Amino acid sequence: MKNLNVIKHEMVPEHFIMSDEEVHELLARYSIELKQLPKISVTDPACKEIAAKKDNVIRIKRRSLTADEAVSYRLVIDTKMG
Amino acid sequence: MSSPKRIGKIKFGLLSPKEYRKMSVTKVITADTYDDDGFPIEMGLMDPRLGVIDPGLRCKTCAQRAGECPGHFGHIELAAPVVHVGFAKLIRKILRATCRRCGHLLLDEMQQHEFLLKMHELKDKSYSTEEIVKNVIKEARKAITCPYCAEQQKEIKYEKPTRYVEDSHKLMPADIRDRFERIPDSDIELLGLDATNVRPEWMILTVLPVPPVTTRPSITLENGQRSEDDLTHKLVDIIRINQRFQENREAGAPQLIIEDLWELLQYHITTFLDNEVSGVPPARHRSGRPLKTLSQRLKGKDGRFRGSLSGKRVNFSARTVISPDPNLSVNEVGVPEAIAREMTVPIIVTPRNMGALQEYIKRGPLNHPGANYIKRPDGRRVKITDKNGDEIAETVENAWVVERQLKDGDIVLFNRQPSLHRMSIMAHRVKVMPFKTFRLNPAVCPPYNADFDGDEMNLHVPQTEEARAEARILMQVEQNILSPRFGGPIIGGIHDHISGLFLLTQKGSKFTKSEVYELLKKCTVEKPLPEPAIIEEDVAFYSGKQVFSQILPEQLNLTLKAKKCVMHGVCLKTECEIDAYVKIEAGNLICGIIDEKSIGAFSGAILDGIIREYHDTGFTEASRFLDNATKLAIRSIMKFGFSFGIDDEDVSQQAQLEIEEIIEKAEERVEALINAYEFGELESMPGRTLNETLEMKIMQELGRARDKAGEIAGKNLGFAGELALDNSAVVMAVSGARGSMLNLTQMAGSVGQQSVRGERISRGYYDRTLPHFRKGDLGADARGFVRSSYKKGLTPTEFFFHAIGGREGLVDTAVRTSQSGYLQRRLINALQDLEVQYDGTVRSGEKVVQFVYGEDGIDPTKSDYGKSVNVQKIVQSVIEKHRSG
Repeated sequence: MKNLNVIKHEMVPEHFIMSDEEVHELLARYSIELKQLPKISVTDPACKEIAAKKDNVIRIKRRSLTADEAVSYRLVIDTKMG
Repeated sequence: MSSPKRIGKIKFGLLSPKEYRKMSVTKVITADTYDDDGFPIEMGLMDPRLGVIDPGLRCKTCAQRAGECPGHFGHIELAAPVVHVGFAKLIRKILRATCRRCGHLLLDEMQQHEFLLKMHELKDKSYSTEEIVKNVIKEARKAITCPYCAEQQKEIKYEKPTRYVEDSHKLMPADIRDRFERIPDSDIELLGLDATNVRPEWMILTVLPVPPVTTRPSITLENGQRSEDDLTHKLVDIIRINQRFQENREAGAPQLIIEDLWELLQYHITTFLDNEVSGVPPARHRSGRPLKTLSQRLKGKDGRFRGSLSGKRVNFSARTVISPDPNLSVNEVGVPEAIAREMTVPIIVTPRNMGALQEYIKRGPLNHPGANYIKRPDGRRVKITDKNGDEIAETVENAWVVERQLKDGDIVLFNRQPSLHRMSIMAHRVKVMPFKTFRLNPAVCPPYNADFDGDEMNLHVPQTEEARAEARILMQVEQNILSPRFGGPIIGGIHDHISGLFLLTQKGSKFTKSEVYELLKKCTVEKPLPEPAIIEEDVAFYSGKQVFSQILPEQLNLTLKAKKCVMHGVCLKTECEIDAYVKIEAGNLICGIIDEKSIGAFSGAILDGIIREYHDTGFTEASRFLDNATKLAIRSIMKFGFSFGIDDEDVSQQAQLEIEEIIEKAEERVEALINAYEFGELESMPGRTLNETLEMKIMQELGRARDKAGEIAGKNLGFAGELALDNSAVVMAVSGARGSMLNLTQMAGSVGQQSVRGERISRGYYDRTLPHFRKGDLGADARGFVRSSYKKGLTPTEFFFHAIGGREGLVDTAVRTSQSGYLQRRLINALQDLEVQYDGTVRSGEKVVQFVYGEDGIDPTKSDYGKSVNVQKIVQSVIEKHRSG
């Protein structure tokens, strides 16, 4: 049963690990620090699937009712225990 | 009043017994309050050092008078430690997570280090550490022996509210305190506490702070008897038990008695802190009323937070009943003179306004636009009376402040509860009027959700120039015509406005020149009257559409479909047979009938069009149009005459027979269905039981019957085909002013099936709804079908079923309002700190919540019904412009 890839599900938006330069550019664009970003857990199914690590920033492109496509960014944090 | 202080930061923590003693001005040892002469007893609960409440006396601690002295804490030394109920759950957690001998957290160094690292990391990223603390406790509980002292751990049972049992031995608060004292500082952080401000043993009280008397003032009754505050009563109990406990222990009383007294002390302190703890009988007053102790003062709607800090009573406000006045502008509000005399606006005296202000002062407080007070720069306030007015007017100097009475043109805030959206508070201009009600233009009822069946509204007078400017620019009614809810107009004509314009713009309506002037008399018309459209036997007539065009702004171009558009086949546009294609060209109504779609609240396309067409003056232009339209509508409806009576529901004999027949047939079919069901011939629909199938089919059958009856009634009343303009019900339903086809059906055709929770009525007696029917009768009439119309009248059984259905509706509304109110409260609490930044991001404090507001960065108020652009409209307008050169 371990052949379900959540990323491929049509309801799951596109997750993408950003490069350091991209992250740098993002933080500069909004003049914010890393910790001001919304968070996502490493244990999130989508995170697991794209093998995101702690401190990665993920770009999420999702379909939107108002704009056709909306982009959001999330900082991966480690809430995993043990 | 002292100047407000800026709060730099807030620290959360616990107070130590040391700090309690340090801030205490006296130890309290006697449970008595006053001696026989009525003087407070030293070291009693009303010790004069704890603050003053009697006027005239001075505080023994700070030497200030009552009202100035904030009060000072005292303390009670408890004979034995006692658990603080507020921390009972936390105490349980800590007991379970720490060693019973050495107090260490029951995690080995490796684990502890790992958890700490993770915790610090999350803290760095300003993320909640709740989850980690939960896991720390979960892990620590698993330990069987202490990794530091190898002590065997025992399970701790918690019995609500303040009992902890280890191995069937009760843990006394003193034991718990001892254990907590052994917990090293380094372990505290992992328990989710702030090690710099909290020691776990402080959760067990050894000293009880006594709140200042100012927080628990005693009241003197008329008969001279003193009545103490609930908190004082509770403190008396605590001191008494504390004393008894001490005496018994010193006298060497048996352990059993000591423990009983200890528990009693625990009870009193628990109820002192919170009198609504589950499992503890609430402490009661002599009269049997539960005492209002500390927690009860803070909690709930009328508690300190929601009742006194978030919400307060305000000055410069007024409240009275509202009533309509269509002659007012939507931007105005009629204020009774009595209220205008009472409410004031502070005006600073300058050389420029000195003369005018002197005039107000001379008029005094009784002649309406007068003044009530003057304020001198030294802070002295002088009341103006009808006698000293002239005198004060002479002495007035620059920079004095005159509190002038409210007069025409002042800007005020007007509000109706519940304030569910921002249009519930709008700024209006004052118009002082006789009588005792607030007057408002009925066109602003929709945003306030107001009607005139006794509604009251509030009015607030802004007191500074900044507040007035803000109110005028952001909150005035015309600024709020477009709603941020759906990007369309929320203000517009209602009821008679719609009926009136509907009748006015009807094809074939014609008016002589003098009639036109009569209709437009109260409107501000800037256009010259056009050539009359109709000439009959040498008499010139203007069409209703021409009259309406007079109040349209000149640049307005618009096309829309009226409400009565039936959308059959290809749209004939200007050739529409039923005049449902509305076309406005350069401010002229070319064709089409004006109805709810054009000027109604929530849908008025003309208002929308004006605001979008006139970029800079749109709002003013729109409110002017609205004022004119409502005035014109009222005048025209009065010209035509409009009333509704019982004979508007009359249908012909023929139609009545037809309706009768339809219902008869439907009931026969229902009978047939029931027979089929009883003989087992009915086939169930997929996914439904046989019963459900039957019920559904019956409901369908009866629903159809009612619709058909309605159709016949409608046709007979002139609802379909050629409209019967002499029937008010039809006019109102077709124009969208009030009522619908369904209402007509129920009045003239058949009321139809009554339901409870969407099903036919089946409850009441055994196997039947009423004793009028046989047991097990499933027929239409036995299960709440009302075949009569309201006009015809209901039979007794029908009436009863109708009452059942009606009651459900009432209960639903009652339940829904309370539920949606709570939902709204939670939503607003969650969203109140969100802020749209200039870069388009939505942030709450530091954190980014959305990178682009609403994901598309669109202000819904300025959107086209929620969409950022309406391409079709733009293309249309470009083509029009191109065509006209």
